[in-house]
Amino acid sequence: MSIKILFEMFPIALMFASPIIIAALGGLFSERSGIVNIALEGIMMVGAFSAATVTVLLEEATPLAPWLGLTAGLVAGIVFSLLHAVASVNMKANQTISGTALNILAGGLTVYLCQIIFRQQRTRAFSNGIQKVTVPLLEKIPVLGKMFFIENYPTFFLAIFLVFFTWVLVYKTPFGLRLRSCGEHPQAAASMGINVAWMRYFGVMASGALAGLAGGIMVLTADIQYTLVSIHGTGFIALASLVFGKWNPFGVLGAGLFFGFSTALSFYAKDITFLASLPGEFFYALPYVLTIVALVVFAGKSVGPKAAGQIYDSGRR
Amino acid sequence: MTRRREKILLPLIAVFLGFILGSLIVIATGRSPVAMFAAMIKGFSGLDIINDVPWNTRYVGEFIINAMPIILTGLAFAFASRTGLFSIGAEGQLMVGSLAATAVALLVDVPRFIHLPLVLLASILAGALWGAVPGFLKARFNVHEVTVSIMMNYIALHLNNFVILNLLGSQDRVKTAFFPESALLKSPFLQSITRGSRLNWGFIPVILALIIFSFIINKTTFGYSLRAVGYNKDASRYAGMKVNRNIVLSMMIAGAFAGMAGSVITVGTFNFGRAMSAAEGYGFDGIAVALVGGNEASGILFAGMLFGMLKSAQPLMQSQGIPREIAGIIQASIVLFVAMQYGIKMLLERFKKKQAVTADGDRA
Repeated sequence: MSIKILFEMFPIALMFASPIIIAALGGLFSERSGIVNIALEGIMMVGAFSAATVTVLLEEATPLAPWLGLTAGLVAGIVFSLLHAVASVNMKANQTISGTALNILAGGLTVYLCQIIFRQQRTRAFSNGIQKVTVPLLEKIPVLGKMFFIENYPTFFLAIFLVFFTWVLVYKTPFGLRLRSCGEHPQAAASMGINVAWMRYFGVMASGALAGLAGGIMVLTADIQYTLVSIHGTGFIALASLVFGKWNPFGVLGAGLFFGFSTALSFYAKDITFLASLPGEFFYALPYVLTIVALVVFAGKSVGPKAAGQIYDSGRR
Repeated sequence: MTRRREKILLPLIAVFLGFILGSLIVIATGRSPVAMFAAMIKGFSGLDIINDVPWNTRYVGEFIINAMPIILTGLAFAFASRTGLFSIGAEGQLMVGSLAATAVALLVDVPRFIHLPLVLLASILAGALWGAVPGFLKARFNVHEVTVSIMMNYIALHLNNFVILNLLGSQDRVKTAFFPESALLKSPFLQSITRGSRLNWGFIPVILALIIFSFIINKTTFGYSLRAVGYNKDASRYAGMKVNRNIVLSMMIAGAFAGMAGSVITVGTFNFGRAMSAAEGYGFDGIAVALVGGNEASGILFAGMLFGMLKSAQPLMQSQGIPREIAGIIQASIVLFVAMQYGIKMLLERFKKKQAVTADGDRA
């Protein structure tokens, strides 16, 4: 494998990795608060649809349209995730079923709205998504400059920022400690005066914001319009990254980069001699296989939040 | 409320709320809910309540075709559920079932009375095998079956595409060659009485599956021990039941039902194997069917027909100017309301109490 191909792969790999990392951070907030969120996929679809729609409708009026689109994706993600919060916090729903319902709903709702707004099964194509940038000065750093700072999507820097931000918020602040306590032992948290319901609402809404943003980023960097298959399982890969990264922001970053590269590899495999004989489907399936392997390897060690997925019963001890 | 009444009433409330919400969305987007309900009625009965056109039995055939696979994936989800497992793997099990059916249909050359059972058997075995993986990992390593079965769905999708495109020979990067007649569930008689619909013998394995499901769960010691594991794992282990074995077997039988759905679609509705860009959602439909049907064979039959009706109404809605996706929206909201049934029950009880209090107040 020549070094040149590796450098060429960077922008593409980082483009795929960014939404995976951001959506997985969303999953982290939700699961740390004690709510399992398998609806990341559906929330990403809603975010992607909203981002693409706002971009298409505003792009003639303002050059900032893609950024307004991302904001719309974020807001739509929060609103959509509220359904999950109401179902699992107030209505004591099984979180996996509620998440499944959101995933089905997202596919129906987004394409329904496409038909109402654009009279077709997808949004109209936007002419410009998010543009690549070259960072002045930093691009001159040998090796690193070529990998990260030349012709790269700015959304990757946003992903890195969010990783650090999440780490500080969840692990270095009293608020983060309270949030995590709700995911480990909500009854104990409640006895210390923490409002478990409110914390879980925050966790789910944060996951909605981040997954919605991730969906927007995905459609505005890797696609030209929103279709039913724009997200094609990335939400589940984000979920896998969360498991792979042991529910830790830096673990999530590593797992997200890994899955980003394995996706990029499927495009470049034909140019790399020892990989050329493997079929593309092998690379598509790889993240899923690895996740199962990781689950088995971690098995028995308590890495995830203990109370995630359980219905909160304030009377239980 | 008694438990029995509750079990029927709560899903009905969820279905009712789902249709209300769907109608509200249709109204909010400036379309007519009357046209939507007319499409649904025509979707399963072939009767047109708006226009004066003769009864068209083709719709009845297509309605049954739509209900068949989701009844099977519903049985798959329900079977695992009864053992306390949450399997969202029907999607992938269906896909490998369909792949196995395709392979046997294309590669084996025997008379119909052997070929057709062989095709069905291959799909059942493939589905069971795919279901065994999350079952085994759950039993042996206590790995959560939800995550594993999601991953298995995607692996199945890519495996299916790889085999269809590279090994079985695709015509146009999508389809395989047509299957020989001996592998098909096709029936000219059923087609002729439903004005050329795709109705086929597939409903026979579906009915058998419903009977087998009900028999295993309700009438056998094995089914009893499966349910016992679902209620309380530790107590069943203490009582001497083989909990781990039951978990694996339950996932395998669930997978067998979903795998069978694969052949019912592939050699019934279609007559060629297909490469796919994404899963078609039969597995998720099955979750909806099982939840609404209360994980019981009779409930699943009715819920399967309900959602089959929604599916076959889709093209009719589209032709009325109502986006066909409304069916998916209604289905998803029904699932959401079923998931909330505990909360809905609490609300109902609170409402009743309040009524009782005001009634007392009136008397005083």
